[in-house]
Amino acid sequence: MTILLKNVAVVTVDNVTEAQDILITDGVITKIDANLTDSADTVLDCTGKTAFPAFFDMHTHMRDPGFTYKEDIESGTKAAMHGGFWGVAAMPNTNPVTDNVPVVEYIINKANKFGYAKVFPVAAITKGLEGKELTEIMELKAHGVVAISDDGKPVSDSNTMRQALRYADMAGMPVVCHSEDLSLVNGGVMNEGATADRLGLRGIPRAAEEAAIAREIILAKTYDVPVHITHISTKGSVDFIRFAKQQGVKVTCDTCPHYFSLTDEACEGYDTHAKMNPPLREAYDVAAMIEGLQDGTIDAIATDHAPHHFDEKIIEFDHALNGIIGLETSFAVGCTYLYKTGKLTLPKLAKLMADTPCRILNIAPAEIKVGATANITVCDLNETWVPTPENTVSKSKNSPYYGKELVGKVKIVITDGKLKLS
Amino acid sequence: MKFEKDLLGIQNLDADQIHYILKKAEDMKKIIFSDCKKATNLTGKSVMTLFFENSTRTRTSFELAAKYLGAIASNMPVSSSSVKKGETLIDTTRTLNAMGNDCFIIRHENAGAPHLVAQNVDATVINAGDGMNEHPTQALLDFFTMYEKMGTVEGKKIAIIGDIYHSRVARSDTYGLLKLGAEVVMAGPRTLLPNDLESLGVKMYTDVDKAIKDADVVMPLRLQLERQKNCFFPSGYEYSKYFGVNEERMKLAKEGALIMHPGPVNRGLELQSALYAPDKSVIDEQVTNGVAVRMAVLDTFINRA
Repeated sequence: MTILLKNVAVVTVDNVTEAQDILITDGVITKIDANLTDSADTVLDCTGKTAFPAFFDMHTHMRDPGFTYKEDIESGTKAAMHGGFWGVAAMPNTNPVTDNVPVVEYIINKANKFGYAKVFPVAAITKGLEGKELTEIMELKAHGVVAISDDGKPVSDSNTMRQALRYADMAGMPVVCHSEDLSLVNGGVMNEGATADRLGLRGIPRAAEEAAIAREIILAKTYDVPVHITHISTKGSVDFIRFAKQQGVKVTCDTCPHYFSLTDEACEGYDTHAKMNPPLREAYDVAAMIEGLQDGTIDAIATDHAPHHFDEKIIEFDHALNGIIGLETSFAVGCTYLYKTGKLTLPKLAKLMADTPCRILNIAPAEIKVGATANITVCDLNETWVPTPENTVSKSKNSPYYGKELVGKVKIVITDGKLKLS
Repeated sequence: MKFEKDLLGIQNLDADQIHYILKKAEDMKKIIFSDCKKATNLTGKSVMTLFFENSTRTRTSFELAAKYLGAIASNMPVSSSSVKKGETLIDTTRTLNAMGNDCFIIRHENAGAPHLVAQNVDATVINAGDGMNEHPTQALLDFFTMYEKMGTVEGKKIAIIGDIYHSRVARSDTYGLLKLGAEVVMAGPRTLLPNDLESLGVKMYTDVDKAIKDADVVMPLRLQLERQKNCFFPSGYEYSKYFGVNEERMKLAKEGALIMHPGPVNRGLELQSALYAPDKSVIDEQVTNGVAVRMAVLDTFINRA
C-alpha cells in the first residue's frame, strides 16, 4: 500500500523545504525528494500546501469513562484526528478517576479499537483526585501512563506536591501541574480586571496562578526534580518561569491557543464560550505569551480541550462550567495569530505543536524523515475558514472561535502510516 | 577499657568499645541457654525500664537480661504514672533516681530524651530508642549476629532497605558498621531516604536491586503503614512489588547472604512471608543475641567503675 504526496512544502523542527514529494510505503516514509517518479496506490497533489510532523496534544479531556455525554474516546480522537493530531494525553478527571490500572487499560484499548488517534493516559497524582494519598505511580507507569496530574484541580497541600514530585522523579514519571491557589480564586469566574468590573463579575487575580506556580518551581528547585506547568496564562507566570529556567530549575510549561489569541473582553455579553480556567487575561498577558513562545520560555502548545454540554455552558455566567474545546482549531489559531503575524516561523510552530509536547512526556514525536512511521499533517496555510457548531466533529460545541474567520486548515492527515483524512 | 556513664548512641562508642561489648556478649549468651539462668554480675543493683513507646522485644529483652544477671529489675508503667498528670521527664527520672535506682533503660518518641535524662540523674542511662535518632543495643545485637555468622564485617556489603528516613535502627547500624569497616548501602523510595547520610560514605539507591546486588547482609526495615497517609508511599501493594525483599531479589545477593530484620515483621510487605522462617533468615537468632548483648551492655555500663 503506497501513498505519494506530491509537491508539498515540508516543515521539520529545523527548516522548511519547498516542493518535495513524500513516498509512504506500507506505512513508512521511504522517500523524500523533489519530483519523485514512483507510482503509488494513492497520489495526493499537495501543491500550495505544507506538511508538518503530525501534532500531539499533551492536555486533552476525553471525558471517557464517566462523562460521555460531553465527549467520548471515539468522538474525541476523531476530533483530534481532524485537528491533525496523531495522539493526545488524556487527563484523569474521568469517572471513575484514572487512578488505577483497569481504567488506564480501558482508555488505551478503546482508542486503539477506533484507531483515529492514540490516547496516552495521564493518571492522577492523588487517589480519587482528593489531594490526600499518592496513587501507585510506579505501577501506573508500568501499565502505560505517561504523566501524572490532578488537573481540573490543583494539589493544594504543599507537602503532598513535594512528596509527589520526589516519588515521581524516582519513577521517571513527569508531573503536570494545574497550578491554582484556590483561596485566592475565592469565587472568581473571570480575570480580575476592567471587564470583570464592568460586567459585575467576581475576578480571579493573576496571583492565584502565579503564587501556585512559584510554589511548584521552588519545590522543583529545592529537590532538583523536574516539573511541568500546564496552561499558563499570565505575564507574571511567563516571567517567573523564565527566571526559574535561568536559575537552572528543571521546569517546563505549556500554554493554550486561547491564551495567545483572546483577551477577557471575549466575555463581553456574558459569553460563557469565553469562560475557562485559568481565565482569559488582558492584552499584555497575550503579548507575554507570544514573547514566551518566541524565546523558548514556553515549551509547548497544548489545547486543554475541555468539552461541555450545551446545558452546562448556556446558563448564567457564574454557573457555567469552565472549559472550551480546542483540538480542531488549535492549528488554525496558531497559524492565524503566530505564523501569519510573523511572530513565529513554521519550524518553531512545528516544534511547539508536534515535538516538545511529546518529549516532555518521553513519547517519540512524529518526524518527517525517511524510515519513520508516517505521521504527517498536511495543511493549507492560506485557506480561510470559519469554525461553526455544524462543522465541529467533537460531541460538544463550546468554542470561542465560532463565527471568527481563521486562516490555516488541516487538509490531509496520515497517522500511524494510514491515511485518515483527505 | 573506659566507658562513659551512659549508652546514648553508637555515635558515642569507638570500634574498640564495640568489640569489647560483643566479646562480653559471647560469654553472656552461654547463660541464656543454661539450666539455671542466674549470674551475679548485677546482684543488688536496681535496673528500671521506662518505656514511653510500645515495645515487645526490646523491653522484655532488657528485663530478662537484667534478671539473668541477678538485678532487681522493675518496669515503670508510664501510662498509669504521674506522667499522665503532666509530670515532666526530668522530674520523673530524678524522683526515681532518688529511690536509689542504678540504671534507667529509656525508650522515648523524642530524639534526645535519654540525653536529657542522663544529664539530670547520676544513674546509668541506656537508650532503648529515642525518636528517629538511635537504638544502640539493636545495632549491637545486629553486629553480634553478623560476626557470629560471617566471622567479620570488615569489607562486607550490608544493604539496609526501606524507610531509612524514620529509622533509628538504620542510623545506629550505619554509624557502627562504618566504624567496623563494612560497606553500607541503602535503598528505598526517594520519599523515605534521608538527605544526609551520603556524606558519611553510604551509597543511597532508589533501585533496591542495585543495593542488594552482591550484598552479604540484606536487612529490610519495618514499613509503618501510617506513612501512607502522609504521602510517603502510595500503597502496600506498590511498596512490596518495587521495594520488598523477596526470593527473586535475593538471587542478586551473595550466595548465603543473611536476611536480618529488627522486628516486628510485616509479613508480605517489606519481607516476603516465606523468607521469615528460621531456615531462610536469622531474625529469631537476632532476638536471642539481643538478650546476650543487653546483658553485656548492662554489666559493662553499670559496673564500669
